Amino acid sequence: MKTLEELEAIRQKTLARISLRKEDKEEAVRVVIGMATCGIAAGARPVLTAFMDEIGRRHLRNVQVTQTGCVGMCRLEPMVDVITPDGNKVTYVKVNPEKARMIVADHVVNGHPVTEYTIGAAEQQA
Amino acid sequence: MRDLSLHLLDLAENSLRADASRISLALSLAEDGALDAVLEDDGRGMEQSFAQRAADPFATTRTTRKVGLGLPLAAANAEKTGGFLRLDSLPGQGTRVHLRLITRHVDCLPLGDLPETMSTLVLTHPDRPDFVLALHSPQAESRFDTRDIRRALGPEVGLQEPEVMDYIKQLLIEQCQTVFGGLIL
Repeated sequence: MKTLEELEAIRQKTLARISLRKEDKEEAVRVVIGMATCGIAAGARPVLTAFMDEIGRRHLRNVQVTQTGCVGMCRLEPMVDVITPDGNKVTYVKVNPEKARMIVADHVVNGHPVTEYTIGAAEQQA
Repeated sequence: MRDLSLHLLDLAENSLRADASRISLALSLAEDGALDAVLEDDGRGMEQSFAQRAADPFATTRTTRKVGLGLPLAAANAEKTGGFLRLDSLPGQGTRVHLRLITRHVDCLPLGDLPETMSTLVLTHPDRPDFVLALHSPQAESRFDTRDIRRALGPEVGLQEPEVMDYIKQLLIEQCQTVFGGLIL
């Protein structure tokens, strides 16, 4: 069983790490996931979990995962925006957990947007 | 929505948007198979006149579109099992949504991944609000409260730390399994 005492050990470990990382003030990459009724119904929750998991596994410190409401393109949900510190925003559509992991690897880590999953590519097909 | 846990996530999003500082969810399974899910928040609430229309798909506070489907879909899924959705709200005090599902009815949705619903909420809102998950069944009961976790961690360590996230996920899975077992409702 998980106990609150376990948190004390986590606290000690994390405090040590926090003091080490004070210096790096790099700006964060933001990952914004649509979590309105349409997004949730289309599968946004496992997508969010996949982003969180992949970011955790890669020990990425400067990535912030947040959520937003419905932007009016419900048929393209789950939608995800990746906003890099330079202010560029890329919108991905019909994201699933596999695509989410690839977006983290290619775009968030290596800076190359996954063009075929973007809203631009989806609109060309339509 | 494919399962109850997705409805509950969707309804909790309403509470977040109402700027709640505390959102609590209580799930209680009775011996006779009736499941009560009660979501309470201390957000801005709504006027009674609006609360009465809230389960109408064409009632929404949004200005961008004319529809809001969260409550109506949840109400429909509760009613088709012989249950109900009841909404109480007071401006400035908060909102309470009570969903009753009769789990023995053939049309009842499965419970779904309740731990993932809770961890999604907590992990994308590590600072505010506080979340409570209280579970109860004839076998067991459990209680998850982010305030307990914050207290144990102290002011320097936030819930967004990876180790804390893992702890929260595991704790929620453990609690749901203890109370509801491997049971798919």
